[in-house]
Parts: sequence; C-alpha cells; structure tokens
Amino acid sequence: MGGLSMEDITTTRRNISIGEKPDGIEGTGFFATSLEKVVGMARKNSIWPLPFATSCCGIEFMATMGAHYDLGRFGAERLSFSPRQADLLMVMGTIAKKMGPVLRQVYEQMAEPRWVLSVGACASSGGIFDTYSVLQGIDRIIPVDVYVPGCPPRPEQIIDGVIKIQRLVETESLRRRDSPEYKAMLNKYGIE
Amino acid sequence: MADSQDEKVVNILKEKFEDQVLLVEQLYDFLTVTLKKDRIIEIIEHLYENPETKYQFLTTLFAVHYPHTDESRRTITGQASDIVVSNEGPAGFIAIVYQLHNMVSNHRVRLKIYLPEENPQVPTLTNVFAAANWMERETYDFYGVTFDGHPNLKRILNVEDMIIFPMRKEYPLEDQTREDKQDEMFGR
Amino acid sequence: MADTTTDIDKVQPEEKQYSYLNLGPTHPATHGIFQNVLKMDGEIIVEATPTIGYIHRAFEKLSERRPYNQITPITDRLNYCSAPINNIGWHMTVEKLLKTEIPKRVQYMRIIIMELARITDHVVCNAVIGVDTGALTGFVYMFQQRELVYEIYEEICGARLTTNIGRIGGFERDFSQKAWDKIDKFLVEFPKVLKEFENLLKRNRIFMDRTIGCGGINAERALNYSFTGPNLRAAGVDYDVRVAKPYSSYEEFDFNIPVGINGDVYDRFMVRQEEMWQSLGIIRQALDKLAKLPSGPFHAEVPEFYLPPKEEVYNNMEALIYQFKIVMGETDVPKGEVYHCVEGGNGELGFYLISDGGRTPFRLHYRRPCFIFYQAYSEIIKGSMLSDAILTMSSMNVIAGELDA
Repeated sequence: MGGLSMEDITTTRRNISIGEKPDGIEGTGFFATSLEKVVGMARKNSIWPLPFATSCCGIEFMATMGAHYDLGRFGAERLSFSPRQADLLMVMGTIAKKMGPVLRQVYEQMAEPRWVLSVGACASSGGIFDTYSVLQGIDRIIPVDVYVPGCPPRPEQIIDGVIKIQRLVETESLRRRDSPEYKAMLNKYGIE
Repeated sequence: MADSQDEKVVNILKEKFEDQVLLVEQLYDFLTVTLKKDRIIEIIEHLYENPETKYQFLTTLFAVHYPHTDESRRTITGQASDIVVSNEGPAGFIAIVYQLHNMVSNHRVRLKIYLPEENPQVPTLTNVFAAANWMERETYDFYGVTFDGHPNLKRILNVEDMIIFPMRKEYPLEDQTREDKQDEMFGR
Repeated sequence: MADTTTDIDKVQPEEKQYSYLNLGPTHPATHGIFQNVLKMDGEIIVEATPTIGYIHRAFEKLSERRPYNQITPITDRLNYCSAPINNIGWHMTVEKLLKTEIPKRVQYMRIIIMELARITDHVVCNAVIGVDTGALTGFVYMFQQRELVYEIYEEICGARLTTNIGRIGGFERDFSQKAWDKIDKFLVEFPKVLKEFENLLKRNRIFMDRTIGCGGINAERALNYSFTGPNLRAAGVDYDVRVAKPYSSYEEFDFNIPVGINGDVYDRFMVRQEEMWQSLGIIRQALDKLAKLPSGPFHAEVPEFYLPPKEEVYNNMEALIYQFKIVMGETDVPKGEVYHCVEGGNGELGFYLISDGGRTPFRLHYRRPCFIFYQAYSEIIKGSMLSDAILTMSSMNVIAGELDA
C-alpha cells in the first residue's frame, strides 16, 4: 500500500511542539480588539432608538425622521417604543416631576448596553422652565451620554447628537458595562 | 346693539336677584357683573334657561388671588374691592370668574364672586355645565377652592401629594430645594 | 369527603370580570403625555380614567414673573404645532389693553402668518389620523410640506417651530422679498400635495369604514362640554371666533366655515381638510389686498414696547431711555382687565389678562381649548373598542403642551 504509514504519522506528530506566544495574543489583545471594532461598527450602524418625546422637541424629532433630514440613513430607522428592545433612549422635551418616575422606570427596563441622548434645553437642564413642577435636567435621575442643546434644536443638531452617540458606541470597550467605575456611576443614581 | 343687550341682561338679573348684584361695569367692551357668592349657581341656571339670555356655553372658569396687602385693597378695576371689603370680613380674597357666552345672539358676560382667602368654598357648576368639571379641579389644584358637590375634586395638574396651592401669591415660582443655583449669577 | 369545589366554580356567571389596561403616559399611539386607565370588558371599554399633568410647566405662575415682552416665548409652547397663532393672540391681548391702533398692512401680514400656522397644525393632525389608521405614506409627504412653512418662518423670525414671531405692535422686521417668494412658492406647491393626500384617503373604502361612526359626539353634548374649533364644527355647530368676534380685519375676508354632521373621526378629518383649503384662499386674498398697499409700516407706534431703531438709540435720549426700559422690562402698563380670544388650531384660545400697573401681569389665565375638550374623551370612548379609542384621541388633536400648560 502506498502513502504514509502509521509509523510515519506518529513520528511526524511527535515532532510537533507548541511555540512561544507573541505578546498581545490573549486578554485584550489582537483578537479581542478586532472583535471590539467589529462589534462597535455593527452596533453603531444599527442603533434602535426609543423616542421619549414629550413636547415641542418631539415635533422636531418627527421632522428629523421625515424625508428631508432622514435619520434612517444612520441606521436608526426602526423606532422601538418598547424599552426592552431599544438601545438608545432619546429624551425629547420637558420632563416634569410627575413624569420623573416614569422615565426612570423606562430607563431601568432597558437592557445593557444602553445610551441616553438628552435632546433640547428642557431635558438637559430644565430649559426656560425654572419652576416648581419641572425637573431641572434628566441627569438628576438617569445618567446621560450626550446632550443636545437648543429650544428646539434643529434637526441637523439632533443628527449631530446621534453621530456623537455613534462615536461613543463605536469606541466603547466590551467590558465597560461590567467595570467597577460604571457600576459606581449607576450606584450614584441608585440604579442597580 | 351690544349696549342694549348688556342692559337687557342687567335688567333680567336685577329683576330677580336685585340684592345679589354688587357692581356692574363695562371692562374693555365686556360686561362684568360682580355678585355675592350666596346664590351664584341659581343665577347661572337662571341665565341658562331664561329665553332672553340663554347663556348656554361656559367659556372659562378660573380664580384670581388678591392677597392681603393694602395695595390690593385698592382696586384693579375701580370700586369693586371697596364694596367687597365693606361686606366681607377678611382682607385677602380669591375671586372666581365665570365667563358665559350666548352663541345665538353672540353676547358674552363675565360674573365675578369674591371668596375669603382662608376657606374658599362655593357650590359646583358641574350639574349645569359638564365642562366645569376639570376647570374646577384646576382651580382647586392651584388655589385650594373647594367646590361642594364636585364628583371628583382631586388635583389634576400637579403631583398628587403636593400640600401647597402653588398659584397663590405667597408661594414662590422656583423649586426651593435646589442647591446648585448661585444667587450672585441670578441677581439675588 | 374533602370539599373539591374551587374558586372558579363558585363564581356566578353574572359577576363579570373586568381587566384594567394602562394606556400609559409613554405610548407610541398617544401623541402626547397623558395616561388613561381603561376598564375593559374584553375589547370593549367600559370606563376610562384619565390622568394629565405629566408635562405641567406652570405657565400661569411663570407669566406672573415675566414682563410682557418675555411672555411671548411661553405662549409659543402652548400649542407648539401652530405657535405663531399663540404669539399673535398674546400680542393682540396686550394691544387691546393698551388700546393701540394697528395699521392695516400689519393686520394682513398677521393673517397670512396665522393661516400658515393653522395649515401646519391641521397637516400634523390629519397626517397622524392617517398613521393611526395605517396610512403612513401620507405622513411622510405632508411633513415635507411643513418644511416649506418652516423656511418661511425662518426668513421672517429666525426660528422653525417655537417662533416667538412678531412684537407687541407688529413685526420686528418687514418681510423680505425672499419671504414673499417663499410664500408664493408654498401657494403653488402645497395644493398639489394636499390634493394627492386627500385623494388617498377621502373616498378610500378602508378609511371610511374605519372612521365613520367612530368616536362621535352630538352637538348638544359638545356644547355642554364647551368644545370649540374643528371638533365642535365636526359636530355640526358653526362657531368660529374669526367670524363671531373678528379680530385683525378678518371681517374683510371671504371664507366658508366647514361643518360636519356626526362629530366622528371622518367628519373631523374632512373639516380640517376643508379648513386647509379655506386657509389657502384667505392667504391669497391677503396677498391681493397687500398688493394694493405695497409698502408701509410693519409695526404700530407703541414706543413703550417696541424697540426703537438703533440709529435713534445712539442719537436720541428718549429712544435710549425707551430701549433701556423695554430691555429691562420696566415699562408702564395701564391697569385693567381684558379678555381676548383667537381661533387657534384647536378652538378658541383665550388670554385673560389682569394688569395692576406693574411690570408683570397680575394674573394671566390661558383658556386652553385642548384642556377643556379632553374632558369629554372618557365619555366619548365608553362602549367603543380599544383601537377606536386610539383613533379618537388622535383625531381630537390633543397637544400635550396645551393640555397641561
């Protein structure tokens, strides 16, 4: 019979040995960073926003989703009104103190990774309504990633805010949500 | 035309409720009648049913707080608070304003009553106009005016557990529990 | 033997079990922030308990703190889909208090702006009725037309949505030639799209079956609930503030008031459609009238409220003092009590102003049409199905800013 004999194969096998690993192969090394880049690119181009539109900024958001300033071309075409299926919570409009617990509950129902975009002056800091009934900025109850100022902001500004979120999504480390700093920040807000 | 309609309304009111009418004035082409608070619902029902007047549309219902200061004893409109001061005891008032509209003859009338500041109470208008339901709830929420007989007198716009009545003049506009405002920057 | 009857066996057939559904403040179909707890018997609604106030921003208290010029941005945020109507209504209230005479040219310009705002408000409402019945294309087409109106607002006052347009006495600057060209372009482009949108839905079998008979209210009940605006006109009562108590020279214009029969969703849709056509007619008439008075003042002489031109401020002592007083909000206002109403997108928007001579109003009450007619909602949807309730809410055009103020 031609070909390799059993002896040849086992002999070849005995000559194989494992070499020295170059640096950066394990841990947050070559494979993991490539994976982060791929995951980041995939995530940033398919963000599913949850439009939490309360007042006038909501109408500008509707214009942003319209045909003129299309937000769908950034991948945010599928609006999800259920927090369980959303990535990005876009808070647009004034949040009154009566609405605060509702917003908090919606935020807590979202699954990690989640980002928050605060659109408009009222959501960022209370806006022109420095009154007893308006929450002076949603960052008093939930952590915010990007603030878009304006009253209401132009659709181009909202798109700019979404692009900044995309940059955050792209460069985020895969381990950020488990890191102690992140957990400490959530504890500051009282969110487990 | 409008003046004769105004006179007709005033005559109809005076004919049946002479003692309740305190003051009749014409403010910027709007007939305003200041009344005593005792039989206000009867008066409005009379104006609703009377075929001459038929005020069957309630434009709005709200309250105004005139706090206890010497300045507000003096008047906004003229003589109203002199009359009221001499009849009522306490110094601060909450006025309730009803604006009625007759769509057929296109005439409007405004009725004002003055209530004492401490425990303002008045019967409800919901049996005559269904629209008064939320208007009275809003007035209760902002000023603390109790409407006797209201089906659901709860707070409507503010949070349920608020204890103060925010539109009264003694309460401030801003939230007093903030620590992050620097007074120098806000001119205080 | 042990007792084996379970609880289910003990329930009598007459004891009905109701389920409670929370149509919560955050819901994709409720266009705005208000909550309804619905007691449902299967799919039929037995009782509805609304809760509002989730966007209460204390406008009335805020207005007592701000000088008269600074209240205009607050009025913007009442019915934010048609902000110019609120602004101009407020300015007219103050002008009534001051008893100023407004030139004809300013009145015609104001009419053009108000009718444009009314068109945008009805565009949003009708497009949203389309969305709630499943016709999403109309929404995208109609919102593109709103961009044309936004460009007109930008030419005149600089902002798109919350415009703060005009000043007490008129406008801050004359309309530029570009603004007139954009208005002409709008009058050419918009009717085509409106016709297309109307043809999609007006005689559409599916739309008619869905909306006729849904969410109706009869005229007597509507009047008892103090309905105004398109909701009342759909129920059959032809009350329009522009005709009943004309302001800003509306009596010189020739337009019809569309009136419905049943007060249901289809009638409201058609009333708003027809009002848009009538508004286009009014704008054309206003342009014709303005062509006869080509140039002229764009504001009345109200030196206590209207900023003087900069050349005079630098050269004239009196103008400098006025400039200072207006900017700091220290102008003198006569004492008085005045009520003025305008026809907003949803009905009679009223401003009740009590002034005690100080720099801020003593009391400013907004008669908000949305707040008043939303009370009837729980009565209207009793006995109808859940999807009809959603459609009724969007057809009544409830704007959360006006509801809570």
